[in-house]
Amino acid sequence: MIYWDIFSAFFISNLLGYGGGPSTIPLIQKEVVGHYHWMSLEQFGDLFAIANILPGPIATKMAGYIGYQIGGIPGMLIALVATIAPSAIAVIILFSFANRFKNALQVKWMTKSVQPVIAVLLGVLAYQFFLSSYENSGIIHLLILALGSLVALEKFKVHPAFVILFSLLYGGVFLSGVV
Amino acid sequence: MRVLGELCIGFARTGVLGYGGGPATIPLIEYEAVKKYGWMNEEEFGETLALANTLPGPIATKMAAYVGYKVKGTTGSLVAILSHIIPSLFGMLMLLGVLYSYRSSPYISGMINGVTPVVGVLLGVLAYRFLDKAKKGMGLKWMIVSVLGCLVVIETLHVHPGIVIVLFLLVAFTMATYRNKSNRDSVKKVTEKKREGA
Repeated sequence: MIYWDIFSAFFISNLLGYGGGPSTIPLIQKEVVGHYHWMSLEQFGDLFAIANILPGPIATKMAGYIGYQIGGIPGMLIALVATIAPSAIAVIILFSFANRFKNALQVKWMTKSVQPVIAVLLGVLAYQFFLSSYENSGIIHLLILALGSLVALEKFKVHPAFVILFSLLYGGVFLSGVV
Repeated sequence: MRVLGELCIGFARTGVLGYGGGPATIPLIEYEAVKKYGWMNEEEFGETLALANTLPGPIATKMAAYVGYKVKGTTGSLVAILSHIIPSLFGMLMLLGVLYSYRSSPYISGMINGVTPVVGVLLGVLAYRFLDKAKKGMGLKWMIVSVLGCLVVIETLHVHPGIVIVLFLLVAFTMATYRNKSNRDSVKKVTEKKREGA
């Protein structure tokens, strides 16, 4: 049942993703690319890039788009509900209850304990994109684009949307095989 | 009705103007909720944010859900969430639709090749931020131990990351409970000693 698969993929990724949208990205990738094979790693990367160009929450946009690709409008709605509803309902219901436990040592340590796992997942995912770029575009273009965007993003604080747009332009000119 | 309209405009604005994903949108949501419309005061917003951070899942939609609920119940919650995500979701469908309808064009495949390393860098930067947080949270030594442990378990033993996360959560919960208990015991011992001395 495709709708059930969509629901469980996004429900699980968001249930385990402590630390907001960014921490759910590698978990979504594991489900969508690794487990269900709904798309390739490269397609997932395109989605992530486009989601970064546009404003608004990234994980939610990706969920909506992936759900739409796989199950049309119902698929999109199911992916969105699975992403948003559990934690949204929890925050409303638990507000008075959890307010008492907000400062509990357990909650603090649990939130912190997940951070290295997310770091590893994100790091491995980053490596996979570098590897794919190396295979498709070669080491020289990979180095130019990776180092250039790292310096632009981190040193000059250029907005990611502009860096992505520039890389699309660069790719269209130098990596299309036409020039 | 007017309140629902305000929720819709306020959250649509934060969804359209908030670049850089949910966490980057929080200050904009605070501006709408506290300064512009006065749906809650600054303190309450801070408390809601702290609580939302203890729960998993995307942060901006959690905030939209609670603020909307506080203002106008379940309807308010739905209006806030939908107006926050729908505009950019449509943008996503349209942009990717255009991109993929020209998929066979060499320019498009070149563009996709161009963006791949940038995706790697963006994810790498995120990974670094989580590493940094982990270092601050648990110290360098434990960060290195847990990162290497995760790497081996997830990449060479191919254990599902969900299982690893649940395991880490359980260990953290147990250790914190144990720490609380031993703290309480040591406080008890000190007070007992004082009593004996007196």
